[in-house]
Parts: sequence; structure tokens; C-alpha cells
Amino acid sequence: MLLLTCPCCGVTAEETEFAPGGEAHLTRHGPGSDDDAFESYMFNRKNVMGVHFERWRHAYGCGKWFIAARCTVTLEVFGTYPAQTTEPPPGIVEKIKAKRPEWEGYK
Amino acid sequence: MKRYSAFAIAREALRQHRGWTEAWPSPAPRDRYDVVIVGAGGHGLATAYYLGKNHGITNVAVIDKGWLGGGNTGRNTTIIRSNYLQDPSAAIYEKSRALYETLSQDLNYNIMFSPRGVMMLAQTEHEKRGYLRTERANALQGVDTRFISPAEVKKLVPIINLDGPRYPVLGALWQARAGTARHDAVAWGYARACAAMGMHVIENCAVTGVEAVGGQVTAVNTTRGTIGCKKLGIVVAGHSGKLAEMAGFRLPVESVALQALVSEPIKPCMDVVVMANTVHGYMSQSDKGEMVIGGGADGYNNYTQRGSWHHIEETVRALCETFPMIARLKMLRQWGGIVDMTGDRSPIISKTPLSGCFINCGWGTGGFKAIPGSGWAMADLMAKGESPLAGAFSMYRFREGRFIDESVAAGVAH
Repeated sequence: MLLLTCPCCGVTAEETEFAPGGEAHLTRHGPGSDDDAFESYMFNRKNVMGVHFERWRHAYGCGKWFIAARCTVTLEVFGTYPAQTTEPPPGIVEKIKAKRPEWEGYK
Repeated sequence: MKRYSAFAIAREALRQHRGWTEAWPSPAPRDRYDVVIVGAGGHGLATAYYLGKNHGITNVAVIDKGWLGGGNTGRNTTIIRSNYLQDPSAAIYEKSRALYETLSQDLNYNIMFSPRGVMMLAQTEHEKRGYLRTERANALQGVDTRFISPAEVKKLVPIINLDGPRYPVLGALWQARAGTARHDAVAWGYARACAAMGMHVIENCAVTGVEAVGGQVTAVNTTRGTIGCKKLGIVVAGHSGKLAEMAGFRLPVESVALQALVSEPIKPCMDVVVMANTVHGYMSQSDKGEMVIGGGADGYNNYTQRGSWHHIEETVRALCETFPMIARLKMLRQWGGIVDMTGDRSPIISKTPLSGCFINCGWGTGGFKAIPGSGWAMADLMAKGESPLAGAFSMYRFREGRFIDESVAAGVAH
């Protein structure tokens, strides 16, 4: 059971209050993009074993989207941050590096 | 390798059972093989078996990072059925079910196939219409299914409650020739048959890299040395993404946890498999008397082989309404497996961008039933470069927009 804190309203709750939304920080490729880019955006996923960034929605709360940084091997949650970002903010990256020195950083 | 038979048991009984030999040896890896299969689960071993049996390719090694059948092959709820909606799925799952019928004889190993029948309950009007459609589709595909009335459901499953207030039983899609089998025995039987053909089954040998020259696979690096190969088959379910990364390509796969649980053993009370897809639960009774219950999958990436508690609660709550008598059962064990889900919830049996490298993955929540058919198709593909069964399951279908959309047809319990 994950415990997540919604960065929009500040509520900390169990995962049942939230809805998972898949890999975060995807760049959208829509009409006019080539087949490779579209396939990659639509279907191909990193499926990381370790540090993972993932979209969540506070479905039974404020309804806002946010991003959680967590580990897929231990289920540890490193932190959450608002969805209006294109890559993990420095504060979260530092927290992860403190706990996972071997982590190669966000790619 | 000695054959197993009633005569062999009688012979060994006369000499205190001291003549039995190991079912398969544990050889050290050679420098090279014609074919290396990564992953000694059901699908990997079946691939090796049909490479030998159907195509005469026996210079084969099946390597695994852990022990044989230690992944999802030993973690599923052992259901075998083929009542799928889409033609490519029905073809491969029906081939698989048919192979299961005679697999004990083929392998000379008792896999305890029990064609006890599988029913999928229709608990909403929408679901009922869906199953009536599947019944018609199955008739055209040559899969023997029938939509049965609530009265027939009650006759087959006396412990069921037909008029649950939330989800009444409106009928069921019934496949009489579907059933269950002993999951470990399927892996063990294939491993023994592979070893009998001279193949190597190598355990505790993790792959650390894939070597290629000019876009053609040449070897795999492992914790037990480099093993050369002309062809490489990757059959590693939840860890496909990691192997694909080593081989230099990406997959449309995400790994999530799927859970199951078993109750304390009770006297025989249900001799069919019942799936209730609307409420995400399914149940059968094992030969030991335990009620085997499968539940839903988590919606987020996970490699921990354990799932969320609330899924167990949802599954058990729904099953208690449908089967009131199980409400007082204690649960003995609960476990999770990492399932590899694709974008359209159908598997991938495919060539890859790396020449000589083939992949079989994405079976998601329904891989056990497909083991013989999947191995058959993968062996065809690896030996001949094409397979009528595997054709539609290419990994390039996502790019081309040719989905096999079973997620709508099969629900979650799959």
C-alpha cells in the first residue's frame, strides 16, 4: 500500500484515494509526427526496475494531477511534485540521490 | 532417460525405490549452442521442446537467473481456457488447450490436466451481450463454448448465489473442455523432455548482456561466462524490458503485480472453474481442497511480487457475495507475480530489430494456459522465420495499428 502526499492540496492518503496514470514526463507526439515518435510516445515505456516517475491523480480529493517519484523494487516513495514540469525538480533529484547513490539520474 | 510408467513403479517398489534417476541433469554451460533461450519458465521450456520435437534443433540451452519454473509458472491459478473473442487469440489459445489434452502422454510426465470446465459469469446485461457475441465468434473459430442459463449455472455450481443484490448471475459462457493443470509439473515435464533430447537446462545463470556483430546476435554474457549462439530467444515475462534494453530495443510493456490467494482445504464443493470478470475474481478448488482465488492487478508499475491489500479485499468481498459459503473460510496464503502488460493486453511473439533475436512476452495475466501453443509458435518462428500462429502477435503491430484488443473481451481476469 503506497502512501502519497498530494502536492496540490497537501493531503497525505493511502493509494486507494488516488488513481495511477502511468509514466510521467512523456513528450506528446500527435498529428504530423513520424511513426517512430508516435509509437514511442503512445506505447513504448521505460518500465524501470528502480527509480520511477509516475503520474497520479487525486481522484477522491482535489482531483488534480501530480507526479510521484518512487522505487518499483521496494515501493518506497521519494516524494511528489506538481505535474506542470518537464523533468524532476532538483529537490526531488537530491532526495533520490541521497537514498540511491547508484542511481544514474533522470534520463 | 528412463520412462515413467506403472511398470516402472512396480519395478522400483521391488528394490526400495533406489533405481530412480534425476529428472534432468544440471550441466555446466558449453561455449556455444545453436539456440539459447533465456528464461526457464513454461514458455521458454516449451519453446525449446518444440524446437527439438517439431524442427529437429536440439543443440539448445535454456538458461535462467533463478530456478526452473520459479517465476510466474509457479505463481498462477492454473486455469486453461480458449474462449477468446479475437481470431488470432482464439487460434493460439485453442491450439494450446488442445496440446494440453495430450501433454501428459507427449511428455511422459503427469501434468494432471483436469478438463473440468470453465464458466465466465455474466453479471450485467452488457457482459451478457458480450458473451453471447463471444459464443458466436467461438462457433466460427471452432472453439467449443456455449452460453448457459442461470438454472444451468446453478446445476453445475450448487454453491453459487444467483440473485446477489448487486451482481445477479444472468448466465455464463461455458467451455466444457477447459480446466486446470498442475503448473509446476508443466515446467518440470518440459524440462525433462528437453533434457532427454540432449538440451541443456541451466539454472542460476543470469544474463548480464547481449553481444551482437553487425546487427546480428552472436552471444549472451552471463554470470557463468559468455555463451555463443546463432539464435537467441528472450522469454522472461516481467523482466523483458531489461533484456530488451540489453539487446538494444524498447518494448510496449509495463510490469505490474497480480495477486492470488488460497484458502484452507475443505471438502469438495465445486468441480468447475468460475470466473466473475465484472467483480475481478475467479475461483476453483484444487485437488488438495483449497479454494484457489485470483484477483485483480495493480494499476502501477511494480517489481515486488506483492500487490496492494485493497485488491484482495475487493476480490474477496465480491466472491463472498457470489459464494456466501466461503465467507467463513480462512485464507492460507497470498502471493503476487509480476505480469508484463502490453498496450493492447495481448502477447508478443516476434522477431526484433536485432537479427537472430526473438522475443516472447506480454502474456500479462493469462500466460499459463498458453504455454504449449506459445512454445509451438515461438519454435516455428525461431526455426523457420515465420509462424501462422504467431503472425498477428508481432511487436510491430503497435506501430502499424493492428491491435488484438482482448482487454475489452476478456476483462481483467484473463
